[in-house]
Amino acid sequence: MKKNWPLWEVFVRSKNGLEHRHFGSLHAADAEMALENARDVYTRRNEGVSIWVVESKNITASNPSNNGELFEPAQDKVYRHPTFYKLPDEIKHM
Amino acid sequence: MKNNLYNYILGIADNSLILGQRLGQLCGHGPSLETDIACTNISLDLFGQVRSYFQYAAKIAGDQRTEDDIAMLRKERDYKNVLLVEQPNTNFAFTIGRQFLFDVYHLAFLTELQNSNDFTLSVIAKKCVKEVSYHLRFSSDWVKRLGNGTSVSKEKMQEAISDLWTYTDELFYQTNADKEMVFEGVGVDVTKLKNNYYSHINKILLEATLEIPESKWFQTGGKEGIHTEHLGYLLSDLQYMQRTYPNMEW
Repeated sequence: MKKNWPLWEVFVRSKNGLEHRHFGSLHAADAEMALENARDVYTRRNEGVSIWVVESKNITASNPSNNGELFEPAQDKVYRHPTFYKLPDEIKHM
Repeated sequence: MKNNLYNYILGIADNSLILGQRLGQLCGHGPSLETDIACTNISLDLFGQVRSYFQYAAKIAGDQRTEDDIAMLRKERDYKNVLLVEQPNTNFAFTIGRQFLFDVYHLAFLTELQNSNDFTLSVIAKKCVKEVSYHLRFSSDWVKRLGNGTSVSKEKMQEAISDLWTYTDELFYQTNADKEMVFEGVGVDVTKLKNNYYSHINKILLEATLEIPESKWFQTGGKEGIHTEHLGYLLSDLQYMQRTYPNMEW
């Protein structure tokens, strides 16, 4: 195909109560076709109860080259995790 | 009664078997990965339906034959599918056109078959209705998309509908077994589905900005075992393994 259909990102909710998770991406000419394609490509083995599709170009993503300024400052701020509390013995699995 | 029921089940099953095989031929050849998977998915749905029908037919036949024997080992004249479903995958528009013209009928037929006196058939129909509703949604959307697409896609879609139109009337033809089964309350009176069929088709063609073919000359024969030249080739593919290595299992 010389001219490709636009790319779409597919999010599937695998069970009621769970959140939609990113499953992958596919090509489709319009939203309706993206939904049908997603149904056929990603949920044919009973993987889902709900599908979202969004055209990939509508997603604003962070740039990996900015990872330093975006994420590194959080690395040495251990006090942002609630790890300095003494937990009573009765409380397990924290 | 028994023989009529057996033939009646074969009439239903063969439509799904032959169309399933046709769609299966697209595996790995679809115009895009997504449509390839969609078409083979529909094929798998149809083969699943076919198994239920042939298992039931084998039970009614009551001889040594299994579902596989009945599906695979008949001669061309013993296949009772309509001519429409054996037509080749000429191009994607033909594949979609054939699917659409069959799906509209198939869904109406199964919807009625749910009310059959025959418990097994009504249960099979209930299961199939959901699958076929999706098939119809898929094929209708594509007819509209191609009709409203580029001038090339419109021309191809129109050509497919016009060429396949001659096979539509046969969907409403009744064999003797069909008539007997309608009389017994087992079968669906397909003649009653005809008006709704064409009005549904016309509605979608209108949305697709396609012309409704005017031809009033229709082909028949498939339901009586008289097929177009395409079925022989399809069957030689389908039956190759069992014909070459009889009783082979895996």
